[in-house]
Formats: sequence, C-alpha cells, structure tokens
Amino acid sequence: MTTPRTPEPSFTGDTASPLLEVVDLHVEFHTKAGVAQAINGLNVTLNAGETLAILGESGSGKSVTAQTIMGILDMPPGHIAGGEIRYRGEDLLTMKPEKRRKLRGVSISMIFQDALSALNPVLPVGWQIAEMFRVHQGMNRKLARQKSIAMMQRVGIPAAEERVGDFPHQFSGGMRQRIMIAMAIALDPDVLIADEPTTALDVTVQAQVMRLLKELQVENNMGLILITHDLGVVADVADKIAVMYAGQVMEVSDVYEIYAQPAHPYTEGLLNSVPRIDGQDERLNAISGLPPSLTDMPSGCPFHPRCPYATDLCSAERPGLLPVVAEHTSACHYREEIYNGTRQPREEAQA
Amino acid sequence: MSQPAVDAPQDPFADSEVVLDVKDLVKHFPIKEGTVFKRRTGAVQAVDGVSFQLRRGETIGIVGESGCGKSTVAKLLMRLEEPDSGSVTFRGEDFLSLKGEDLRRMRRKIQIIFQDPYTSLNPRMSVGDIIAEPFKLHPEAKPAQGVRNRVMELLDLVGLDPEHINRYPHQFSGGQRQRIGIARGLALNPDVIICDEPVSALDVSVQAQVMNLLEDLQQELGLSYIFIAHDLSVVRHIADRVAVMYLGKFAELGNDDEIYRMPSHPYTQALLSAVPVPDPRLRESREEIVLKGDPPNPANPPSGCRFRTRCWKATEICVEQEPELIVRPGITQRSACHYASVQAEFPTDSS
Repeated sequence: MTTPRTPEPSFTGDTASPLLEVVDLHVEFHTKAGVAQAINGLNVTLNAGETLAILGESGSGKSVTAQTIMGILDMPPGHIAGGEIRYRGEDLLTMKPEKRRKLRGVSISMIFQDALSALNPVLPVGWQIAEMFRVHQGMNRKLARQKSIAMMQRVGIPAAEERVGDFPHQFSGGMRQRIMIAMAIALDPDVLIADEPTTALDVTVQAQVMRLLKELQVENNMGLILITHDLGVVADVADKIAVMYAGQVMEVSDVYEIYAQPAHPYTEGLLNSVPRIDGQDERLNAISGLPPSLTDMPSGCPFHPRCPYATDLCSAERPGLLPVVAEHTSACHYREEIYNGTRQPREEAQA
Repeated sequence: MSQPAVDAPQDPFADSEVVLDVKDLVKHFPIKEGTVFKRRTGAVQAVDGVSFQLRRGETIGIVGESGCGKSTVAKLLMRLEEPDSGSVTFRGEDFLSLKGEDLRRMRRKIQIIFQDPYTSLNPRMSVGDIIAEPFKLHPEAKPAQGVRNRVMELLDLVGLDPEHINRYPHQFSGGQRQRIGIARGLALNPDVIICDEPVSALDVSVQAQVMNLLEDLQQELGLSYIFIAHDLSVVRHIADRVAVMYLGKFAELGNDDEIYRMPSHPYTQALLSAVPVPDPRLRESREEIVLKGDPPNPANPPSGCRFRTRCWKATEICVEQEPELIVRPGITQRSACHYASVQAEFPTDSS
C-alpha cells in the first residue's frame, strides 16, 4: 500500500482546486421552538495531506458540519439553507444523489465518536469491513474477507485472522475504534472526517489511536478533518484550526500561530480555561456565562454577552471573518488589538 | 515556576486533622455462572488493598483509566457497596461497623457529587425539592432558618439565582445542573465530598467555572475532597495529593509535584506522557511512551506486579513478587514498583 495513489475511477473534478472547500455554508434546524441556526456561514478549505481541526464546544455546530459534508444530515429537521461544499471543485450539494453516493465512503469517509453504537452489533466485524469492498467494488466474499483481514492488520489488531469473525462486543473500546478506522480507510479515501474519534477512549489508548490516524494519513496523503473539543489533541496533530462558536467560525489559523497569538477573545478564553498537565495551581480563568441558545441568538457577535472586551459595536454588528495577518482570520471587531495583546478588558469584566 | 520540592516535600496538611483513614480496602465482585444453581466461578478484583489518609481541607485526586476501580472506591467510601475487608475510620470512628441510626447520622458527613448532571437529578422534581431532599432523610439536620431559606442560600452559594428555586432540571444547562448537584451535596454540611468525575461531562469553558467553584467552597467551608477523574490535567489542577490507580491498586501516591514532575512508576510515566499538552510547540520535543495493548482482565490479574504485562522494565522479580506501595530509594513519594526511579524531568515544562 505504499505505491503512489491514483485518482478514483469515479473522480471527475479538476486537480487544481483544493481537495475540499466549504463556502458560506448555512444549516438550519426547524424545531417547535423556532429555527435553530446550527451553522451560520462556514468557510473552510482542506488540502491533500493536511489536518484541519474543527474545534468547538457542544452545540457549536461542529458535528453538524461533519454530517453535512458527509451528506448524512437528518433532513428534516435539518435543512441546508445555502452555501456550497466543493470536492475537487465540484459542488456536492447540487450533485446527483447517485453520483454523491459513489463518492461517500470511497472518496470521503468518516469515523464516529462511539464505535460501539456505530458498528452493527449482530454482524462480525470482518463482515462489516468486507461490506465496503463488496458493495463499492463488487468483490466476492472470499477476496473481501482476505482484504478485511489485511485491513485489520493494517490498523494494528493483533491476531486479525482469528478475530475476523468476532463481534463488536468482543473487542475493547480502542480495538473497536480501530475497526471503524479500518472500515473508513478501506477504500483509500481522499478525505477522512473524524468526529471526536478519541473522546470515549482512555488517554493511553487515545495516544495509540491518534498515532495510527496520523500514520495512515501520511501513508495515503489523506486530508483529515478532525472534529474535537480537546485543545490538547488539536495541538498535537492539527495543521490548521477552525474555532467554532454558536454555529459560526470565530477564527481560522495555522496551529502554531493560534496557540501562541489568538486573535479572537473566545479562543483566548478557551486557552486560558484549560487546566494544563504542565501547569501550576493558579486559578483557572473561566469564561463567564453560557453559550447562547441556537434558537435565540444574541444580536451582533454571538460571543458578545460573554466577552470581556465587548462594546456597543459588538452587540450591534456581527463581525465578518477577516484577515489579521496572512493565513489567519478572525471574526472579531477588535481582532488586531486582541492579536497584539493591546486591548484591555472592560472594567466590570475585570471585577 | 516554583522550585520542585525534592528533598523535603513540605506537606501543608501535615498538622491537619485526619478526617478519613482508609486501610487495605478490598472489594471483589463475584462472577457467577449457571442458570439454576449459581456457582461462583471467579471474582473481579475491582479494589484490592487501597490505603490512604485524607486530612481536613485537603484534596486527594484518584486517577486511572476506565475499569481501574476508582469509582468502586467512591462507592465503598459512601457505603453504597460493602467492602470485603479493610477499614475506614472517619474522625476516629469505625465507619464500616456502623449500623442503623448511627450509620444514618454518619452519612451526613460524607456526600457525593456524580459525573452525569443529566441523569443524577430527578427530572420530575423542582430544584428546590432536589436540594431539600437530604433534609427529608435527615430531619434532625433541618436548618433553623427553614428549609426553603437554606435552599436559597445554597443556590446562592453555588452561583445560581435563588429565584430559580421552582424551576426543573431541564431548564438548566449542564454546568448549572452540576452546580445543583453540588448544592445538594453541601446541604447537610458534610466534612468530606467525594467527587466522581464531576467535570468530565462539561465543556472546557464551563468545566473551569465548576472547578473554580469547588475550590472556593473548599476554602470557605474547610471541606476535604476525594476527586476521582480520568483527566490528569484536571486532577493536577485541583488535587494536593494524587493517587494513580491501576487494576484495583494504587501504583503511586504522592503530592502533585512528585507525581507530575517526578513520576517514578512506569505506569504513571506512560500515562502522563500520553496526555496531549495544549501547546503545538511541544509536539516534537515531547517524548511519548505508547503502551502496548489493553489493561488485563481484572478477574484474572497477572501475578506479581499487575502492570508487568505492559511494562518495558518488567523482569522475573515482577512476575514473582508483588511490589508494595512504599517510599523507595531516590524518591519521596510512595511507589509500587521494584524499579521505581525518577526519569529525567517530565518534558512538558513550558517555562
């Protein structure tokens, strides 16, 4: 599996475009309580071999983003209100469903958070991996079984040949996650979306799984979208970060830059509120208040009720995602002052 | 950074009263087979000889991966499970031999906060009723100023609006619900609070708020905490002393500087090295020890040292002889490893 990759047979787009491009995506949920804006104008780009982390807390819209790109959003209640998702220049949202189905799992693949509920409990794991080859490549059972043993070996499952007929409940959490990874990468996708892949795992197992994902990415030159709330995992593996809050991207930047010099008060607040393993016992600087309800969004910037720097401008006008320096954008009216660390918090916020 | 306390670790709690003295706590859960005649075929050794002392105003953190027995320790200390052997002395009284009225009286002094703020609050009870429920079970502890006034005082203490006394749990966010759980735990003026993963279900920004609240309450009320968590960074932040647990036993016990800066047990070292640090600049310099495999089955633990099957230092003696949890040459904390030694200082110092 070390030979250079050739494009998939179903591939028709042009190679000059980025691998995946999300342009001004809007997703809404129509609920009894009103319209919830889960994603409100998302713009991100992913190149081959790159890791993009989408970082956010619960309700920020990060999982909806993954589901929308993958095309598995529940509709209704979900509704794509606008925007484009371009895979090699071609818009997935306007593509014929039949054509999109051929890309799903083959070119764009996904790993879910909870492997126990994502795998079918009544089918052997080998059968579930083999299904990828049988459905998408029309491979016969025997060959598909051999291929799934090879995949299990590749993701580091010991005694793969004996365990190919085992059921998901016979595996530990980390091993189940490896089986899901084996399914996701079975057909050598160009884009792999990992939605909180290690959240349910213990730290030592998390380290194993993240290392495996990284190796596979380098081997296949995959674009990886890592969806997570864990600032530590992101710092370890990501190239580029998009920070989401209340359905909006607050800041996009290179990973080194954003940790050293955030240009958005929310990012700054997040970084200050994580307890660090190498840190001292000083008091944590928690962000006050709570994230807004998606059906009842504040006017202007969605973060302004919790922001220590907010002014009247922030409640009146929603800031656009604009560049601070090259390759670093922030949706804050005062992005440059935050970036340079020259802006002072409001007095009542300091108290 | 303060200087590491190498020679004489000053213990700020050395003169404080011992609130809880736990000795050799053992709990094995029997495994039974057979449909009509249940035969005992084995036992899961959930907790196997755990000893520690908790002083007034002190926080002991217990860290470990899932299945290591840390939650069983919590249940044993609450007497929600009866231990097979061992002793728990609470302020000089033998807690385990208490019965009936004496036990009920003593229970007021040890309270628990649960992990999941969504399932640990009865959805059909108002917040006022939830927090007042302890007074129903312990009528002799009814506050002089009236239950309702006391509940409002407690709501205020944990940072909730006392006017919300008649609301129901679903009207609150996760972080607020955890505050309700804390208020209920405080209602009877306990001396010891057992926090079983109190912040793991919360988002980072909210997690910091709850941790700050727990620290404030400890200062104000002189509480002692047993803080159980799988997140090592959280435990480092809040704990004065830390116990690392593996397969029902303490692998290492020491103050937080000893455990985090100078870990001596290979398991502690591996565990710490697997925690991602939220700083991408440390990505290359970090030495990660990736453990092989999964923890062994607690129903059939390895002979000798329980960690030896995954340990890179293991030799014959580790198979034959179980290492005791004692202070070993060259270190100041207690370590259950025949080859305990402080490696080069843990490479995560950002200063």
